[in-house]
Amino acid sequence: MSAPVAREHPGLASGLQAAPFALVFVLFLVLPLVLVVTVSFWRASDYELIPAFTLQNYLDIFSVVTFKTYLSTLKFCFLVWLVTLLVGFAVAYFLAFHVRSVGAQTLLFILCTVPFWTSNVIRMISWVPLLGRNGLINQGLQSLNVIDAPIEWLLFSDFSVVLAFVHLYTMFMIVPIFNSMMRIDRALIEAARDSGASGWQTVWNVVVPLSRTGIIIGSIFVITIVMGDFVTIGVMGGQQIASVGKIIQVQTSYLQFPMAAANAVILLAVVLMMIWGLTRLVDIRKEL
Amino acid sequence: MSDHNDPNATPATPKLGRRTLLKGAAAAGGALAFPFVHAQEKITLRYLGTAVNQDKAIADKFKADTGIEIQYIPVTTDDVTKRAVTAPNSFDLIDTEYFSLKKILPTGNLLGIDTKRIKNADKITTLFTKGEVAGKKVGDQGTAPKKVMYVASPTAKDFAKEPTQFMTLIPTVYNADTLGIRPDLIKRPIESWKELLNPEFKGKTAILNIPSIGIMDAAMVVEAMGIYKYPDKGNMTKKEIDLTIKTLIEAKKAGQFRALWKDFNESVNLMASGEVVIQSMWSPAVTAVRTKGIACTFQPLKEGYRAWAAGFGVPKTVSGKKADAVYEFINWFLDGWAGAYLNRQGYYSAVLETAKAKMEAYEWAYWMEGKAATQDIKSPNGDLLAKTGSVRDGGSYETRMGGIACWNAIMDENAYMVQKWNEFVAA
Repeated sequence: MSAPVAREHPGLASGLQAAPFALVFVLFLVLPLVLVVTVSFWRASDYELIPAFTLQNYLDIFSVVTFKTYLSTLKFCFLVWLVTLLVGFAVAYFLAFHVRSVGAQTLLFILCTVPFWTSNVIRMISWVPLLGRNGLINQGLQSLNVIDAPIEWLLFSDFSVVLAFVHLYTMFMIVPIFNSMMRIDRALIEAARDSGASGWQTVWNVVVPLSRTGIIIGSIFVITIVMGDFVTIGVMGGQQIASVGKIIQVQTSYLQFPMAAANAVILLAVVLMMIWGLTRLVDIRKEL
Repeated sequence: MSDHNDPNATPATPKLGRRTLLKGAAAAGGALAFPFVHAQEKITLRYLGTAVNQDKAIADKFKADTGIEIQYIPVTTDDVTKRAVTAPNSFDLIDTEYFSLKKILPTGNLLGIDTKRIKNADKITTLFTKGEVAGKKVGDQGTAPKKVMYVASPTAKDFAKEPTQFMTLIPTVYNADTLGIRPDLIKRPIESWKELLNPEFKGKTAILNIPSIGIMDAAMVVEAMGIYKYPDKGNMTKKEIDLTIKTLIEAKKAGQFRALWKDFNESVNLMASGEVVIQSMWSPAVTAVRTKGIACTFQPLKEGYRAWAAGFGVPKTVSGKKADAVYEFINWFLDGWAGAYLNRQGYYSAVLETAKAKMEAYEWAYWMEGKAATQDIKSPNGDLLAKTGSVRDGGSYETRMGGIACWNAIMDENAYMVQKWNEFVAA
């Protein structure tokens, strides 16, 4: 904006600068959220939404099924978080401390994004020839006489769901952790070594605490994605594993918008609580 | 989806005055003035439906014949309904299943179609108008088209019991679904729906995960197993829903299902890879497996078929020239070329006699009369579908459509059913 304005009203200038983005947020985040919360108290028939104030949608949610579904989604969340954290940390560590040239780092980074080059559904469908009953792994093991009958749990199981998630979302862990690691003053690591710390001690006492921000940000990415997912769990679980996202999707496709909205509000609350818990561990704004 | 691509898609109300005038002028000018209107302004019809029915060849042929462009908006079955209810101005023509009408019609978003403007309206098969095939009544459990075929006036929001001048939908395609099997892996005859839950195929079956259709397949199985006989499978009571879902959950816990599927391609994939040997399936999916050179049968079963039907509806938001173009398309669709095209894909068309005129005699004999093919049968794109001497699964039109046991449906207890279905998926 023009300079005189900024000089006379410094608040106004920054306000104007923030305005476009704030407007986008209000229009496309706040407003829809308000709508979702409102609709979650409405009633619906097969074909119309009826403005009302009822808690029935929320009462219907508190059932054994929902509880089990959340439990199952949380289980995936934890497993995927754990594996992506371990793998992501290892890869980021390698990229940050063992790959010296920026060119090689960039190249390896691009390699990490390869899973994103194909469409979601095709990528997941292509697991079938690998993990399926007549897939590459089962045929390989059978021809080596390691197993007599095909291993069934390779596909359409908890295993395959976690595998697909890890394959996809480790990237979200790698990037922020790598970013944190690159900021670590190399002198600290030398200092640790000079003070007689072993390799593991250095990693645990110096690198891990200093990568905390990256770990937390990566965790937030992975947790929010897994909590809301319904496509990966659907396809890799053979549609036999429930997820909160799937329930919401089924409800919206049957025009049960109030129920879906109520579910979405609860899911949002749960995820926000998890994120709030994580941000307690580290002050992200201060560390960035 | 792409309002801005469409010169005619400006908000309807301000234009109404001009359109009404134009309409009046066109009427006054008589039929002669009409072709000029077409020539002056290019019309594009936005056609909302599922990808299965939206064939490029049909749109191309229609454009060649009339100059009117068809723009397909392909979405899933459930989303067609959702858009019809929530965004009726986002399309000019809807191709939806009859069972969805129970949700769409009460919104007032569809106009009854004036049969006086549909040339072949009186030739539409009796399956739709009377619920009969070759003079014999077929099963009408569920949302049989004849129950939702007519409305008393174009703007009526409920169905008429008796035939009237106004139809809700003009049928496009319909078929009777059954189980698909891999005969090479099963190696014995399959005759009943109950085989879907036969422990012999433990871990090798699949059912579709579209609740309103999946529950019907499940009901066919429950009846075949002799567990319960439903007064109306298409409209279960809460207790009946509980019973059906309980049966499914028990089977699922015992590891009966390899997977559930929602997408057409998933079902093809499951079957072609051999993950599944018997499952709920749709006719074009069976064809897709076969074109890969893998044996797959759309197995007729003694309890009968679960039928479905789709049709064209006209949203209340179209008027004037656009409405004329919509009627022109529907008339063209019933005129034979499209019908023959669909029949060659294994569907059935609404007006059989016009389609017959556009098919070769040997094709008609194979597809519609259940006779052995006297020469190789090819799909509209030229893929080999059946070799000389083979016979269509399920036989002739009469045997097949005559064997309908129930129709895809929306139940009164739909919300409860969806909730219970989620329990099945979560179990």
